[in-house]
Amino acid sequence: MRTFAAPALLCAFGLVAALAAVLQFSLRAYVPGSLDPGGFTLANFTDLLKPLYARVFIDTVWICFLTAVSTLIVGYPLAYALVRSQNAILKSTLLVIVVTPLFLGEVVRTYSWIIVLGNNGFINSILLHLGIVRQPVQFMFTTFGVVVALVHVTMPVMVIMLAAALSHIDRDYQRAAESLGAGPVRVFLTVTLPLSMPGVVAGVTTAFAWTFSAFATPQLIGGGRVNMISNLVYQLGFASFNFPFAASLCVTGLALTIVVLSMLRLASRRLETIEPH
Amino acid sequence: MPRSTYQRLLGFIGKLVVVLILGFLVLPAAVVTIAAFNDKAILSFPPQAWSMRWFAKAIAYQDFRDGFRNGLIVTAWSSTVALAVGAMFAFALNRYRFRFKRVIEGVLLSPLVIPHFTVGLGFLILAAQIGWNRSYTVVIACHIVLVLPFVLRSVYVSLRNLDQSYERAAASLGASPLRVMVTITLPLLLPGLVSGWLFAAMLSFNEFTASLFVTAQRTQTLPVAMYNYVREFADPSMAALSVMYIAATAALIIFANAYLGLGKVLNIEQTR
Repeated sequence: MRTFAAPALLCAFGLVAALAAVLQFSLRAYVPGSLDPGGFTLANFTDLLKPLYARVFIDTVWICFLTAVSTLIVGYPLAYALVRSQNAILKSTLLVIVVTPLFLGEVVRTYSWIIVLGNNGFINSILLHLGIVRQPVQFMFTTFGVVVALVHVTMPVMVIMLAAALSHIDRDYQRAAESLGAGPVRVFLTVTLPLSMPGVVAGVTTAFAWTFSAFATPQLIGGGRVNMISNLVYQLGFASFNFPFAASLCVTGLALTIVVLSMLRLASRRLETIEPH
Repeated sequence: MPRSTYQRLLGFIGKLVVVLILGFLVLPAAVVTIAAFNDKAILSFPPQAWSMRWFAKAIAYQDFRDGFRNGLIVTAWSSTVALAVGAMFAFALNRYRFRFKRVIEGVLLSPLVIPHFTVGLGFLILAAQIGWNRSYTVVIACHIVLVLPFVLRSVYVSLRNLDQSYERAAASLGASPLRVMVTITLPLLLPGLVSGWLFAAMLSFNEFTASLFVTAQRTQTLPVAMYNYVREFADPSMAALSVMYIAATAALIIFANAYLGLGKVLNIEQTR
């Protein structure tokens, strides 16, 4: 048994050491002009309370929330179609279209969205050509643009998680409801949707965490005007070499993710106990 | 059961919604393809003239070539090590009871929710402290940790679906544990192992945020090179590279779906 678990233990140790390094740096003073941190201090965390940084935290959580909810709404019908389609070729096609973007990486997908959303981009060219608008609509450097691209980035994982939950629902429940005279909308709202709640919770949780982790999308589409914690961490680390402060942002961000995710879990548990099955 | 007009309408609306969502999913890929074949250096729709020159430029660009090579080195190491580590631990999880089992599992799965910039910063600080920064080792170590959860899940699912009576049959006929492992367990696990490795490789090759922190000029991987290019230049070389990327990825996914059955690997087959 030891031989099987030992390499994994080593990896776990490496990860814990890396996270501990971040924690340790977050408690050290910044020495301008030096890469080595100073003595122990709590100053990094008190600095976080400044309105400038507090603003970025609020924006980040708001963007994550918008993205997670939008991805759920857009992803659900697709997951449903993916699980319930009877045609094997259609099913494979849907699956390939859903899964491929997952492995394209953030940079390629963000770049593609720049071409779609830019002032000389695809959408604006069509709108101008058709005479719907006279001036290009500003999508770049807006929260809307960032969220649209982030929804696209998060979609595959949401659909996969929803599909996993939907595929494990016993269809006899649905048939029972149908035979008792419930219409398709009622069957969906009272049977399928409640039974897929574990997938919804897993999907929203993961979408939230992944959005929190996004860097290239807010960086390139937000263009400095829409900032998330990831952008601030990078900027602090590589523009001003203030690694202690960057580390304190990471620690606070991680704590925030854990709080939000456990709140989501708790809320979903309440939902499950309230709703009759 | 005869379908009413209402149900047919509902079905039609449902299909329309799904088609619109699929349109949203493929829109960026379609647009980037049009842009890649556009002859002009400045983005314009619809393109006036077509050409392949951006593909030639992208292939010739030194940073992309280096990034591709570095990416292959990092991916080959990290996905293979992650596969070995993940498969062994999945086996231990599935077959044995041991102390801190859940703790180790939790730590190894945690990169699914820990932001990549945090993991990247951690490895950067760690590497600087032991003087390993700017080396492939730290990039590979970081990637192993990041892709391990996916390998672990993939192998664990196939282990759980494996019928252990084959192993018992082989053992009762006198096969040694090693022989059972090599002739029964591993071949039965092969689809899970291959898909786990493939997922790990694709994720590692595309990993960007953490790579941005841990790579140096010399070890920069392709996504980092692409990011730097997008920040500096606006010509469609990047679109051409994106098209090659999308085509290669889609081909791999179609292959994986045909030979491994993605539905089974992702655990999204309708059970009843």
